[in-house]
Amino acid sequence: MNINHHLSDAFLMDYAAGNLSEGWSLAVATHLALCPTCRRQMEAMEGAAGALLEKMPVEAGASDDSWEQMKARLGGLQAIEIKPEPAREAPKPAILPEPLRSYVGGDLPDLKWRALGRGAYQILIDTGDKHTQVRLLRIPAGKPVPEHTHEGCELTLVLAGSFRDGEALFARGDIEEADDTLLHQPIATEGEDCICLAVTEAPLKFTSWIVRLMQPILKI
Amino acid sequence: MSGMNLSIPINAKTCHKELPAALLPRSSSKRARGKHDPGMTQPDNNNVNEQDLSQAEMMRLLVIVGRERKVEAFEMLFRHYSPRIRSFMTVKTKDRQVAEELMQETMVAVWNKAAQFDPARGNVSAWIFTIARNIRIDAYRRKRPVFEVDDPAFVPDNMPSADMEFEQAQDAGLLRQAMETLPAEQLDVLKRAFFDDVSHSTIAQELGLPLGTVKSRIRLAFEKLRSALEGRR
Repeated sequence: MNINHHLSDAFLMDYAAGNLSEGWSLAVATHLALCPTCRRQMEAMEGAAGALLEKMPVEAGASDDSWEQMKARLGGLQAIEIKPEPAREAPKPAILPEPLRSYVGGDLPDLKWRALGRGAYQILIDTGDKHTQVRLLRIPAGKPVPEHTHEGCELTLVLAGSFRDGEALFARGDIEEADDTLLHQPIATEGEDCICLAVTEAPLKFTSWIVRLMQPILKI
Repeated sequence: MSGMNLSIPINAKTCHKELPAALLPRSSSKRARGKHDPGMTQPDNNNVNEQDLSQAEMMRLLVIVGRERKVEAFEMLFRHYSPRIRSFMTVKTKDRQVAEELMQETMVAVWNKAAQFDPARGNVSAWIFTIARNIRIDAYRRKRPVFEVDDPAFVPDNMPSADMEFEQAQDAGLLRQAMETLPAEQLDVLKRAFFDDVSHSTIAQELGLPLGTVKSRIRLAFEKLRSALEGRR
């Protein structure tokens, strides 16, 4: 797999620092499962955070009390035997990587899609994150995603098939960061339906009036 | 943690106005083996050597804790890291007692997970940062989905990883040295992100700067850190 579209440093850093909310983090973590390059970048960021931690101002005193307290806790902990993780059964090949697979409750063949009309389907994914809308989209081969702009930004991660957005081709593992200044028109490539994970900040606003009318009904 | 009442609003992320920066993999050229040959070490980095040594020492201690459960080795780690973790926790909680408790939780996790630390794959301070970060996330009852390396869909890295412990320690030194050379405004953004626990869009609001400016500071900072690391591969 050759990934051409990666996460920006800003998104990766927010994830590495732990201050990215759950919905965005789901897309970032699923991309990381597929992208060794971004994992290396994230490790370098954690290294930078470690270097900052080493330089943290250190307050004198209080250390002895703290250590006594710690030692008391360790007394109870030492009894805990560290067991190696139980060997898992040989895993079946999977299309959807973790953590996404657990969020949708299964792999691609197990999913129950909801028709969006015009051959497109979606599955809304529940997260505890009220600031994002997370869903899996299935766009029929050769068909466009309805033209839309965003309130805020959108992360789109391709899981199967591929789509074109202008000149750029996005295939499995590729992630697109789009924002509200961009009117984009992803079109699924011929030959295979395109399945992607889409995270947005707020409901999309579609530019076609008919789709806009349908939006409350379709819940997209 | 039951006594804690921490309800912290999660900041919604806002836009990314730029295309993703080109994220280059580390070059696979041969790494400089500076530490084997004193004559090869880079100029003016006596400091780095000292820090390398102490990172190497921390690594040794952590491995002993993992393998042999030695309280004495753990105490040395504790004496070094606990004040730093307490400061880290204080930045966000502003409460000394809560910070102390979160520090203790972090160090308990360090003790419990020490056997999982792989000295060939990372340095101690980065590893301890990730543990402290996760403890802080849990304390604020947030969720941060993570990938799983055992997952059949997981794509492993086929680039040879840094497989020598001293190189990992050396990386820590190089990173720290490179951090020193970052412009103050870039360092400030990194500190806010990692310590204050705010997203880059919140940083932009706090500083009254356009989002694009903050994003380019982040990009420039990490480009510099990456090239420092690539320099020795």
